[in-house]
Amino acid sequence: MSKYTMHVLVCGGTGCISSRSKEIVENLNLHIKEVGMEDSVQILTTGCFGFCEKGPIVKILPDNTFYVQVKPEDVEEIVKEHIVKGRKVERLLYVNPTTSDSVSDSKHMEFYKKQMRVALRNCGFIDPENIEEYIARDGYGALGKVLSMTQQEVIDEMKKSGLRGRGGGGFPTGLKWEFAYKNKSDQKYVVCNADEGDPGAFMDRSILEGDPHSIVEAMAICGYAIGANRGLVYIRAEYPLAVKRLETAILAAREYGLLGHDILGTGFDFDIEIKFGAGAFVCGEETALIHSMEGMRGEPTTKPPFPAESGYWGKPTNVNNVETFANVPVVFLKGADWFSKIGTEKSKGTKVFALAGKINNVGLIEVPMGITLREVIYDIGGGIKDGKKFKAVQTGGPSGGCLTEKDLDTPIDFDNLIAKGSMMGSGGMIVMDETDCMPAVAKFYLEFTEEESCGKCTPCRVGTKRLLEILEKIIAGNGTMEDLETLKELSQVIKDTALCGLGQTAPNPILSTLEAFEDEYIAHVRDHKCPAGKCTALLQYNITDKCIGCTACARICPVNAISGSPKQQHTIDQTKCIKCGACMTKCRFGAIVRE
Amino acid sequence: MSCESCKNELAREMYAELEKFIDELPEKRGALISVLHRAQSIFGYLPKEVQAFVGEKLNISTAQVYGVVSFYSFFTMEPKGKYPISVCLGTACYVRGADKVLEAFKNELGIDVGQTTSDGKFSLDALRCVGACGLAPVVLIGDKVYGRINSAEQVKEIIKEYQD
Repeated sequence: MSKYTMHVLVCGGTGCISSRSKEIVENLNLHIKEVGMEDSVQILTTGCFGFCEKGPIVKILPDNTFYVQVKPEDVEEIVKEHIVKGRKVERLLYVNPTTSDSVSDSKHMEFYKKQMRVALRNCGFIDPENIEEYIARDGYGALGKVLSMTQQEVIDEMKKSGLRGRGGGGFPTGLKWEFAYKNKSDQKYVVCNADEGDPGAFMDRSILEGDPHSIVEAMAICGYAIGANRGLVYIRAEYPLAVKRLETAILAAREYGLLGHDILGTGFDFDIEIKFGAGAFVCGEETALIHSMEGMRGEPTTKPPFPAESGYWGKPTNVNNVETFANVPVVFLKGADWFSKIGTEKSKGTKVFALAGKINNVGLIEVPMGITLREVIYDIGGGIKDGKKFKAVQTGGPSGGCLTEKDLDTPIDFDNLIAKGSMMGSGGMIVMDETDCMPAVAKFYLEFTEEESCGKCTPCRVGTKRLLEILEKIIAGNGTMEDLETLKELSQVIKDTALCGLGQTAPNPILSTLEAFEDEYIAHVRDHKCPAGKCTALLQYNITDKCIGCTACARICPVNAISGSPKQQHTIDQTKCIKCGACMTKCRFGAIVRE
Repeated sequence: MSCESCKNELAREMYAELEKFIDELPEKRGALISVLHRAQSIFGYLPKEVQAFVGEKLNISTAQVYGVVSFYSFFTMEPKGKYPISVCLGTACYVRGADKVLEAFKNELGIDVGQTTSDGKFSLDALRCVGACGLAPVVLIGDKVYGRINSAEQVKEIIKEYQD
């Protein structure tokens, strides 16, 4: 590596590959060769940089130049100008939207300033398919350190770090390991939950694609701590790139003696195999996940017994999520004291969020626990898209809830989010603006949970269906005030009686939107209006006196609902109108309004 | 592949490939889902006969196989089109108008979600999050990702690419 004087990093995450980043790499190779610099310039395909909104990203080291929205056609200019002559290609630099200045160094970009990368430390820095690059950044150093400690010491260090499960529950990781450690058995298992099912969250995928070795290393550490010699990664079959990179990592680790028999000569054996999921949200629940790994329907079972006691094939099993594992090597490299200094009193470390929706800087961010929503949305996220007004942010996916204007200054951590009626979940953060209708958002999530309910317990199977029916009724303008009461009551019953986390949290999107936006529900029910202008059934198109009677609208209307004589104000027959909006688009005089 | 015997020949080869995969498994216990993944990649879908074959080979009932096939959304009992279209309905895509994109595909192809066009060319599905939220709304055709789709015209253009 030392012979290279310049490194060109190209994002090879799923988002950027979809925007032709592979062709960028091909062109780079071609043009670098053309100028004869292939011995001094290294081209690397890395994991996700996080700034997906501006992808594909190309970063040049050592000067840290950050090019955004690069097209394969731009490569020649980058090579000839920047790499050969040292002149930056101004037009490809990121432009700060508030000051209109172009920013060349990513360290000075608002998007990165407040971030702190622990779990994503290697994403966007190393070639995920090359184990040497991981090792060069202290990779497998934590495993080496751990293997000279006793199992109890490893667990104590984990407990001291305060790391809590990043998959949603927030259970203390060290404590979980201790349970599995204390259950004696001839065979134990370590499972990595990579069945990322929350629609709108993609951090696990990015970690597996960008830094697969950190997961391999962490699983080996966990295996040593609890006394397991077999690890399994349960991963979505829909993530082919992540699977491929993980497979490559496992093979390389075996080759280097970092997996397999007698690791680093310590007598510790550990190996990892991959198990595929097949698309079932409920399999994120650990008992359901275990049944799915056993080749069965992924239905949850009651706890206790916990997997730490009786898990995969009835043996003690420790299940942790991808992001949780990604933090583990850092805890041992930098020490539990270092780790526990980050964050809030009860939530230590950082959290990765997938920031998406109506926000300027869509992407994957990692921030210290305790940061406020305002900082995330306005500083890192760059504010709301198209200058619209902020309305709410949804966290925790289908199990979470909405946070509003009044929560903008609340420090984000596990406990505060729950106190606000939402939850951390896996870290999806969807920003919504004034044009988003909250009952419709609640319906969107209920459609999801109703479909994903495994059907084992009645409260979830039937309850989510009934909730969805009531929401559909409200959105169609046929709701009653009693329906709102029923929604609340039924939600509570489901929360109290459902078998697993999926059902117990399914009503959260309804309860939290009802709490914060009750007037919006009432407007749908009592006034038959959708304040956000989203629910088609409640919209009405009217022609105002600006109409000059040009007849254009009447001619475009597909159902002949518009009538009127030429040069006279036209009218819309509301009983015929299908609310397609064609007339409004056609009218050149702004005479048609939607209410 | 118009004659019956050629079809049978092809089917025989596919069954042989699946059988070989199952026979070479180090452990049959708990292997059902991996076997079904393999079977679907060979046959393109999981018809009744394939499910019965898998059950027999793994020594479990067809009912149990069907129970698993019908539980997971990744498995399908209907053949997919030559170009399977999946519209992402994850939250990030939804708030950026994925529902309208789905409508546009339905109108353009004249089929509903889960159906295949009569010429066997396109099938339409909805899926939840491919993790390319920066490009929302996103559509997948086969493995190819199309991002930032915001008009019915764009949908028409995309379909045109596949009309040879």
